[in-house]
Amino acid sequence: MEHLVIIGNGIAGVTLARHIRKKSTSKITIVSSENEYFFSRTALMYVFMGHMKFNHIQSYENGFWKKNNINLVHGLVTAVVPESKEIIIQNNEKIAFEKLVIATGSKSNKFGWPGQDLKGVTGLYHKQDLEALENWAPTTKRAVIVGGGLIGIELAEMLRSRNIPVTFLVREKSFWSGILPLGESQMINRHILEHHIDLRLETNLVEILSDDQGHARAVVTDKGETIDCEIVGLSVGVSPNIDFLKDSGIELGKGVKVNRFFETNIKDIYAIGDCAEQHEAIDLRPSIEAVWYTGRMMGEVLAQTLTGTRTAYKPGHWFNSAKFLDIEYQTYGWVWADAKEYEEQFYWEHQAGKKAIRISFDKKDRTFLGINTFGIRMRHEFFDKVLTSKETVDYVIAHLAKANFDPELFTSHTSEIQKQFSIQFVGVKTT
Amino acid sequence: MSKSAKNLSIASHENQDMDGIQKLSVTLGLLGLFIMTLSLFNVSFPNKGFWLAGSIIAILTGIVVYTNRTYLNQPAGIKNNGVWHKDFTNRGNWAWMVGIILTSFYVVLYWYPQYLGLNQEGKENTGIVGFFDPLSYILNGKAASQWFVYGTLYTIAIVGLGYKFILKYRTNKYQLVRTLSVMFFQLGFAFLIPEILEKLNPEKAFFAKDLKNMWPLNYYFFNEWHLKNMFDGGNLGMFMLFFGIAMIFIISPILTYFYGKRWYCSWVCGCGGLAETAGDSYRHLSNKTETVWKIERWMIHSVLVFSFVMTIAVIFTFLSSNPELTFSTKDQFIWGIVIFLIVFTGALYIFKRKELDTDAVYTMLSLVTIIIIALLINYFSGNQNILFIDGNYLREWYGFAIGAAFSGVIGVGFYPILGNRVWCRFGCPMAAILGLQQRLLSKFRITTNGGQCISCGNCSTYCEMGIDVRSYAEKGENIVRSSCVGCGICAAVCPRGVLKLENGSQEGRINSNEILLGNDVNLMDLLNKK
Repeated sequence: MEHLVIIGNGIAGVTLARHIRKKSTSKITIVSSENEYFFSRTALMYVFMGHMKFNHIQSYENGFWKKNNINLVHGLVTAVVPESKEIIIQNNEKIAFEKLVIATGSKSNKFGWPGQDLKGVTGLYHKQDLEALENWAPTTKRAVIVGGGLIGIELAEMLRSRNIPVTFLVREKSFWSGILPLGESQMINRHILEHHIDLRLETNLVEILSDDQGHARAVVTDKGETIDCEIVGLSVGVSPNIDFLKDSGIELGKGVKVNRFFETNIKDIYAIGDCAEQHEAIDLRPSIEAVWYTGRMMGEVLAQTLTGTRTAYKPGHWFNSAKFLDIEYQTYGWVWADAKEYEEQFYWEHQAGKKAIRISFDKKDRTFLGINTFGIRMRHEFFDKVLTSKETVDYVIAHLAKANFDPELFTSHTSEIQKQFSIQFVGVKTT
Repeated sequence: MSKSAKNLSIASHENQDMDGIQKLSVTLGLLGLFIMTLSLFNVSFPNKGFWLAGSIIAILTGIVVYTNRTYLNQPAGIKNNGVWHKDFTNRGNWAWMVGIILTSFYVVLYWYPQYLGLNQEGKENTGIVGFFDPLSYILNGKAASQWFVYGTLYTIAIVGLGYKFILKYRTNKYQLVRTLSVMFFQLGFAFLIPEILEKLNPEKAFFAKDLKNMWPLNYYFFNEWHLKNMFDGGNLGMFMLFFGIAMIFIISPILTYFYGKRWYCSWVCGCGGLAETAGDSYRHLSNKTETVWKIERWMIHSVLVFSFVMTIAVIFTFLSSNPELTFSTKDQFIWGIVIFLIVFTGALYIFKRKELDTDAVYTMLSLVTIIIIALLINYFSGNQNILFIDGNYLREWYGFAIGAAFSGVIGVGFYPILGNRVWCRFGCPMAAILGLQQRLLSKFRITTNGGQCISCGNCSTYCEMGIDVRSYAEKGENIVRSSCVGCGICAAVCPRGVLKLENGSQEGRINSNEILLGNDVNLMDLLNKK
């Protein structure tokens, strides 16, 4: 019987195992040092906030794995030995594999700041980060968060939920402005302030100061300010968690180099999820995609290959979502923060400043390219179809009501949006 | 992790204390309850009407001030912060205390009303029942009963805590309208209108005047004494009889077809109303395991069978003993029921066979059991006994076990321990019938938004009916479950906008396909070839 070993029980590895089990009875082993059972990494914040207990963010009941004959091993993999087809675990135990899938995800970035390894300094990625925050929170009088992205704002929300004052250092001139165009980015800035988060734009971390016990006591910013704090949240992105592969002979770049079939340079060894790096990026996507959804898709695709249907990774249209405090965000297709030269953008913001949409379309032929939506839920299926059939922006605006996914009885802003669009991009209507 | 969150050190931010105004408002509300408690111990208040009004106003004011302070003080948005950290909402000491007090109250209410001060021999009421006399005289012209006290407190709970619910979920208009509806039906249909009708018809014997409280939730609707009282109740009695029957056979199936069972369970029903408003703080305590789901299906369908058999038995008895009142003989009645159920079950099997999952199979089994028992009843109908058991015993046992013990003592008393929908989920025969229809003959479903689910688990955690919503959402499947009451909280707490309650066409309503959009189309075809 073939033995498939998967390193990592995140969404990519677990999706892979599930889909293989649907089609095959081969032996599957998942090795992880983080947690015994799969959990939703994106939901860690809700455990800290008390919305859920840890067991709630585990999708499957504990008996699921045994029932489906998926073998779970709790341990840290220290090395992969392709020659003898085995992996070595921390206690020097060896596990032999016929096929190996690396799905070890990411680790939080640290850019060499003095004091970055002190107690009280953490990212938010692993379960262990959450446990550390739990330990430190009770004695924390202020927290400083470094990095204005998705994890940064989640950290801020978490700590504010326990009434811990938060200072939020953002390098850019506005929140997440590398991804979000200025309008919506500034809307989120205002929402951050509304939540009594001390937002410092265009401010960088210089160093973290230590107390006598090796615990962070303050940060120094590039504005020369020293801010007292007991927790420092580092949320300046993540990078592939692949240090243990250094001497394995597997080709590495920033991540594990793979082709469209997730094959590495060594036969029978594959990589999926956050830690995989495509030789060549697909469409407009980055070559390393550290997103929940792509991890899941990669697991599905590789499962086909490993059960006999060799299938290339062809992710469809880009989509993503997040929640900035109380404001939900969804995106379909591509909307660039700085509009590309072929791109025209239409922006509508509700007067209360909690809802907005931005639609990107082609200047020349008005083809719909993508949408950012804030505080208004939109149908994934609708935009997937629109992007596939290359409909125009006018089609999308005309069918906006059909695209809406808000709960029943919600106030519709469709006609308001349509009116503004026709004023800006259709010209004065002759009645 | 939950241990460290119980940290009580002075510097701790784990336990968000109430501020002055919140404390003051809680005190005011408790003071109102305290006055009522004093009356229970026969403290004689000089001016009962004044003190009663005062205590009710104190409770409602306390709730309103507390709510405003808690929710208007922060940006709008649903926040379940600390729900699992707080003793009160995580089965801690306070939760147990509330549970014990509620349970004891129900036990006394159902079986020992004399301890509440009810005096049945025409003497004056004492205790808390006596305390409510002034309001009862105003509304229905009679002295209060324990049920009047209960109805008043019930209404206060729904209206007061409904206000809290509205503010908590104020970003969600569905929740706003739904809760206003529940408050309206409780205050008007369940409380004020029946009491006033009672006042206008003082000499008539009692029959139910709550239009929305339909059989089989109102399990005594077809009981002999109730049917008789309706027949003797003049125009109003006949209206209630015909409207009650129309609700069962016409109004309810039509509404359930278009909107799912939510039109009743989370928009109209009083039990549901209390669960949604007063019980909202406990919705996350429902158990989501598969084992409990199995228990649920056995229990609720057993209750359904029990209620059907009981009802058939009592109508049968009624027809036997009141031949002058009847439009049909008992034979016609039994055969009528059997034929109706056979046609119904047969139609289900023929047309809906493909959709018969475990849920529906349980229901089919229930129906078939009822048919067999009904036939047996007829077969052994030589005397008043049904299956060698006296029909009245059956009725009394149903009233005791289901009507009182299950729906009241366990259903509400155990809110803080088992969650707020225990009765609706495990015991309500009405929910079972509507659920059957919702599963097989309704346009209602919860739609999943393509591939946007991040498996976070908020939907499942806050589902009061214990449905593992996430297990569907993460596969891109729609949720069509007979137990779903359509409260819409899963969609409200979803951080990624994945869920939406919808009424749409039957086609493609139940999709067990993997539709993770955004992925390669050919791959999706492949995945769906199972």
